[in-house]
Amino acid sequence: RGRLRVHLRATWLSGKTRPMEYRVAQLEALGRFLDEKKQDILEATAADMGKVRGIRAYFTEILLCKNELNDTLNNLCHWMKDEHVDKNLVTQLDSAFIRKDPYGVVLIIAPWNYPIHLFLVPLIGAIAAGNCVVVKPSETSKNTERLVAEMLSCYLDNDCFAVVTAGVEETTRLLENKFDYIFFTGMSRRVGRIIMTAAAKHLTPVTLELGGKNPCYVSDTCDVQNVARRVAWGRFFNAGQTCIAPDYVLCSVEMQEKLMPALREAITEFFGSNPRESPDFGRIVGDKQFRRIRALLCSGRVAIGGQTDEKERYIAPTVLADVLPSDPAMQEEIFGPILPIVVVANMDEAIDFINARPRPLAIYAFSCDSKVRVLERTSSGGFCGNDTLMHVTLTSLPFGGIGNSGLGKYHGKFTFDTFTHHRGCLHRNMGLEALNALRYPPYSQQKLGLLTATFEIKRKGTCTLL
Amino acid sequence: MERMQQVVGRARAAFNSGRCRSLEFRMQQLKALERMVQEKEKEILAAIKADLHKCGHNAYSHEILGVLGELALAMDKLPSWAAPQPVKKNLLTMRDEAYICPEPLGVVLIIGAWNYPFVLVMQPLVGAIAAGNAVVVKPSEISENTARLVADLLPQYLDRELYPVVTGGVPETTALLTQRFDHILYTGNSTVGKIVMAAAAKHLTPVTLELGGKSPCYIDTDCDLAVACRRITWGKYMNCGQTCIAPDYILCDPSIQSKVVENIKVTLQEFYGEDVKSSPDYERIINKHHFKRILGLLEGQKIAHGGESDEASCFIAPTILTDVSAESKVMEEEIFGPVLPIVTVKSVDEAIEFINRREKPLALYVFSNNKKLIKRVISETSSGGFTGNDVIMHFFLSTLPFGGVGNSGMGAYHGKHSFETFSHRRACLIKDLKMEGTNKLRYPPGSQKKVDWAKFFLLKRFNKTRIGLIALALLGIVAAVVIKVSSGSLLSV
Repeated sequence: RGRLRVHLRATWLSGKTRPMEYRVAQLEALGRFLDEKKQDILEATAADMGKVRGIRAYFTEILLCKNELNDTLNNLCHWMKDEHVDKNLVTQLDSAFIRKDPYGVVLIIAPWNYPIHLFLVPLIGAIAAGNCVVVKPSETSKNTERLVAEMLSCYLDNDCFAVVTAGVEETTRLLENKFDYIFFTGMSRRVGRIIMTAAAKHLTPVTLELGGKNPCYVSDTCDVQNVARRVAWGRFFNAGQTCIAPDYVLCSVEMQEKLMPALREAITEFFGSNPRESPDFGRIVGDKQFRRIRALLCSGRVAIGGQTDEKERYIAPTVLADVLPSDPAMQEEIFGPILPIVVVANMDEAIDFINARPRPLAIYAFSCDSKVRVLERTSSGGFCGNDTLMHVTLTSLPFGGIGNSGLGKYHGKFTFDTFTHHRGCLHRNMGLEALNALRYPPYSQQKLGLLTATFEIKRKGTCTLL
Repeated sequence: MERMQQVVGRARAAFNSGRCRSLEFRMQQLKALERMVQEKEKEILAAIKADLHKCGHNAYSHEILGVLGELALAMDKLPSWAAPQPVKKNLLTMRDEAYICPEPLGVVLIIGAWNYPFVLVMQPLVGAIAAGNAVVVKPSEISENTARLVADLLPQYLDRELYPVVTGGVPETTALLTQRFDHILYTGNSTVGKIVMAAAAKHLTPVTLELGGKSPCYIDTDCDLAVACRRITWGKYMNCGQTCIAPDYILCDPSIQSKVVENIKVTLQEFYGEDVKSSPDYERIINKHHFKRILGLLEGQKIAHGGESDEASCFIAPTILTDVSAESKVMEEEIFGPVLPIVTVKSVDEAIEFINRREKPLALYVFSNNKKLIKRVISETSSGGFTGNDVIMHFFLSTLPFGGVGNSGMGAYHGKHSFETFSHRRACLIKDLKMEGTNKLRYPPGSQKKVDWAKFFLLKRFNKTRIGLIALALLGIVAAVVIKVSSGSLLSV
């Protein structure tokens, strides 16, 4: 481990990762990894997340990654360029720009629910920004971990990129090393705190992509069937194991009545009459997680689903009605295929309910009238109106949390910026020394007067500073 | 502890009331702050003079001018900074509204430093208010006159609940740091920076740490030494060396070392006259502790100029050390005083290597007529910021982000960067509840046909002409219809 770190740091100091051609070559190699190892990736994720049809995995682990890769390759040249900035009076003849510097050796820690996507997309940005990278895939998604450990090294330059497999203890030890940036995706706030505390010892900046309970408000004016489909899709995608899944629904008692048959119909449409046999419905990743989620079923009343099978780690797409804020399902992020409905009187009560709780990664609101008051009166990482999950597929939108749901953001250019130190640079002229006279001692009232004049601070229009 | 809870609790309640969200309210507060700086200029200058023996010119140009500038900029640009930014959409989201909404973070904490005691709390405060936050201000207790003044003045001009000032030393700051904030901006040293970040970690609070380090200054043999040395002298000895971005030490070829010393000596004479101690333009060390610390760095060194000191007034003369060894004490920690070591290096390669072997500094300076050499040093080193052929000046251009990297800090501010530091950029996607047709592509049951269409929509590496987009949109609808028909399911558009 120690040798690896020394080796990467030595390569970093050699400057190998900095030229654009090098970064492009590594990114293209990642593209080839996705293309050539597609089958292996789909098989590994199927083995980890339940033997489902590879369509879902193809979409999140291959397609979305390629989307990010293309966006980066298309724009890298532009992103890397020095960004020239507006100058003030005194610096008119100088060159003022923001230089995009890589941080150095960065660490990416990924979770198990989208095991390729959640290390690959940050990795794309880290490479694009010119860093050396250590990737630590999740030990919970064992098959993907093995695949990444074995195969990634065949595509990427082993001098600059390494995959480290580690459990909790070894990860703790890994974190004792100094990294120049740490990017962590995970559910647990506790682990997020541990990572940031470890980072503080070395003054390492971090991005923490955490989770939370993402509320989904459904107003009384909406097309119930469409709402049901979109909510069901978002909730039961990957058997609910999605950090931005709608965690619970807030609606009136009348809407709950209307939603129930609509949800039932959507679930049948998606997974057939017996979801257990549907090739598109996943399983819970492990026994511990299965038991945790199963325990949440005793909340409210089971209106749809509720069946489980421990051997298969199967939990049916379930909707719980009349759930109370004190019920188990409302105490933690569900991260499973259970959708509690909490009844509220009206939108104001829904907003108060949301604001009384930690800020989530995403807020969803469904309404046919164009007011987005839920957006204005709440705070969250991101927001999607009249749909679920979709805001993260647009690479021009930043993806990240706030408060308990995380800090920092990525996707598209934001990933590149995350792994870049934006260095303010001013390149001045050696001549024209006379102009500097105003700033040198000895001082006089006259000098100060002249200085203030050159400072001319106008309210409207230009503001010229010294 | 309880007092801190109350203060922060009140600020949070005030924030939750929503009154600082409106742009009018923020403008009103910024205007009030501007009035404060203008009306109380005399008092502010007096406090800074009491703390640092700083003359009016310096105090005004270092601490007041900058704040007025930030205020004017923020008030001018606030509407555009706070406006939602539409973003580029893809085919799937073509008919939707997609934008980034800047939002306040909540209750933020600003911890100031003693060396520029007014500007280092005011400048971040401007950004934090502009971004719509409640702000707890904690000026440094070491610059006690300015701290007292800030504590007196702010409540006279600003909303008292939203922008409280907390005074006190280490115990008070420690108690404050146990409270939950939504962002902490700390200016100070790396040791305390680590403590601040560790405390922030308990609440997952993002931080901006403006720390320090030893900012190197490389003087190439090919350069106008007189000009270079004048600029360096100005930046090094301003505020008696107590500037986080002061050129900490010089790297140069041994052949020009004595010329550098001569030039600096001449400039010092020009600036401060024969008797520096009696110059009204030369500051003092902040307190006895730092006075002793800096004097201690002179031990065993070759003093080429200066070295005089007077403990009673915390005076240390502008001092130059030559042939300094890289291992000596003066080269270990940030000097933060009027002592300028010169370390000789044989080439720019050696200089770059020397710089890279050490922690990343807050600033880096290079003097050379050779543009290529300057570009090379920028490309082969890392630092918070950089100025070529001058010192300090990148600080004054608010379009440049000001901050450190590695040991010198994380995050940045000034101008728009302050606003962004204290804002949450919330991703917003507003879709239509109708047009369910195109969504069918993503719903189970899955099929190869659906996958192919999804690929088509997402992986757009073609030239998007206007007609092309419309054609593709039509194609998308056709695809949805085709899939609906072939799967025989009901469609409600």
